[in-house]
Amino acid sequence: MERDIIEVKDLVKIYDKRIRAVDGISFTVKEGEIFGFLGPNGAGKTTAINVLTTVLTPTSGAVKVCGFDVVHDSQNVRKNIGVVPQDLTADEDLTGMENILLCADLYGVPKAEAKKRAEELLALVELSDAADRLVETYSGGMRRRLELAAGLINRPTVLFLDEPTLGLDVQTRAAIWKYIRHLKEQYKMTLFVTTHYLEEADNLCDRIAIIDHGKIVKLDTPAALKDSIGGDIIEVAVEGDPAPLVEVLRKIETVREVVCKEDGTCRLKVKSGDKTAPAVINAVSGAGLKLSKIWLSRPTLDEAYLEFTGRSLRREEGDRETVRIQRMQMRRRRA
Amino acid sequence: MSGLLALTIRELKKWYKQPIQLFMTLIQPVIWMGLFGKAFNLSSLAGAGGAGGSQMFMQLFGTSDYFSYMAVGIISMVVLFTTMFGGMSIVFDRRLGFLSKVLSTPVARSSIIFSKVFAAVVRCIVQVSIVLLAALALGLALYFDFNPLMIFLPFAAAVLLAIGLSAMFLAIAVRSRRFETQMAIANLLNLPLLFASNALFPIALMPDWLQSFAKINPITYATEAIRQSLLMNPDWSVLAGDFVYLGAFAALFGAIGILLAWRYLSK
Repeated sequence: MERDIIEVKDLVKIYDKRIRAVDGISFTVKEGEIFGFLGPNGAGKTTAINVLTTVLTPTSGAVKVCGFDVVHDSQNVRKNIGVVPQDLTADEDLTGMENILLCADLYGVPKAEAKKRAEELLALVELSDAADRLVETYSGGMRRRLELAAGLINRPTVLFLDEPTLGLDVQTRAAIWKYIRHLKEQYKMTLFVTTHYLEEADNLCDRIAIIDHGKIVKLDTPAALKDSIGGDIIEVAVEGDPAPLVEVLRKIETVREVVCKEDGTCRLKVKSGDKTAPAVINAVSGAGLKLSKIWLSRPTLDEAYLEFTGRSLRREEGDRETVRIQRMQMRRRRA
Repeated sequence: MSGLLALTIRELKKWYKQPIQLFMTLIQPVIWMGLFGKAFNLSSLAGAGGAGGSQMFMQLFGTSDYFSYMAVGIISMVVLFTTMFGGMSIVFDRRLGFLSKVLSTPVARSSIIFSKVFAAVVRCIVQVSIVLLAALALGLALYFDFNPLMIFLPFAAAVLLAIGLSAMFLAIAVRSRRFETQMAIANLLNLPLLFASNALFPIALMPDWLQSFAKINPITYATEAIRQSLLMNPDWSVLAGDFVYLGAFAALFGAIGILLAWRYLSK
């Protein structure tokens, strides 16, 4: 059995004596896992990641990363983790290479080794050609890739990624995830990711914690999360009179709920749709009915999310982008 | 230790890689000195009162020429301005997320503060050199029996002042996320610190309440030390007192800087 590489028990973080940003969360992350934190703005994701990465000290609770306590043994935690923050932290006045080497120095990586690793990492994220250009001239996607490379310079056991694809277009996001998967295989890391892109969480994470108002409202695999809202949906229609169809369908063991619409289409909530669909086909033809349509759909994580937090994440994405644009403008004004 | 050096180099690169900014920060004190120092010709004013006036001026200012007097004050001013803006850089680091990133690495918390202090010291040394050269070009009158070895003393005084002041400004900014607040604080502090000192005018002519402030202002001691070593026959006991005060000031605020770094860099 894999060991627990992150152990969080009753973590609470209160700001200014009033704001309970993280309100008693507990979970463990296994070695080699991709663990996702999913939640709306202000849910406490970044606060939690900042406690795990020793940037903030917890108000109460016990947090261990790689077996070290984040408060009492923070130095050992820091040596073993890599962080890819939400903000683009690379210095615009320095080149890509200079930025990576600066990070290497912060971790105390010896000069020759640092240079070797930096070249390797920049090649991995396909920035070798831009290595000696000022970061100022990089595109958003390039800067994200640079952050990734910088987060790996100390060969971390656990890599924390806070919204690694925030504000990027679909193609660039896919590319970033390609790099992340590739890097994970190459260096055998555990990944802790926060995201508000549901497809990403769905496709990439082994387990997801849905976090809202500083609490974990649900923690499970993406498949189980989707199952828990009532399983898959099958829609069927038959030629002719649909009345006998309902009886036939209700007899199938894995069908939980049957709702028929006026046009004769029946909507079924079923457990594991891929196994139930053939059973539906067999039962329908067995009863002498002629199937005119069958359609299987799996619930999306968005539905699961809605179920557990009472709000849709899609709407929040818009707000998020606005905040990001404002922030970028603030930075430009400064520059 | 590699972290401290790397962070210091980062600060300096940000400085010298911006040629326009660099030029402006170098040229500004020279303009101050050239315009203000030459325009406020207090020594001629005193001289208009005859030999007695000139003698009174010599007694009060310790030199016969106002330009030389205030050019030394400009050296302190350069240190004040440089360290003040150095303190603000921590607000940007916090705001842009760089600080969080550094806090998640094994770098010592005190290195984060001290990289900024050291970078400010290096910047001060460069700027002080340029101001000194410009002052000499514009007619700074060194003591007639000036010993070239004494040239290290003004730099030593500037370095101690820079350490103390930059640690002080960093301490003020250490928790701040708002650049505007820091600007306001800097603007509030900078002129009183400059004028309530002997940088531009002798303390002896100030009202008592102002004198008592000027007498604890470290800028007074740095300026006095630089004047003693450049413009006059140095009084070693005065010089020693100045350096003890400046050393204590640097040590005190350096220690406060370390303390705040441990306690307040992260929330």
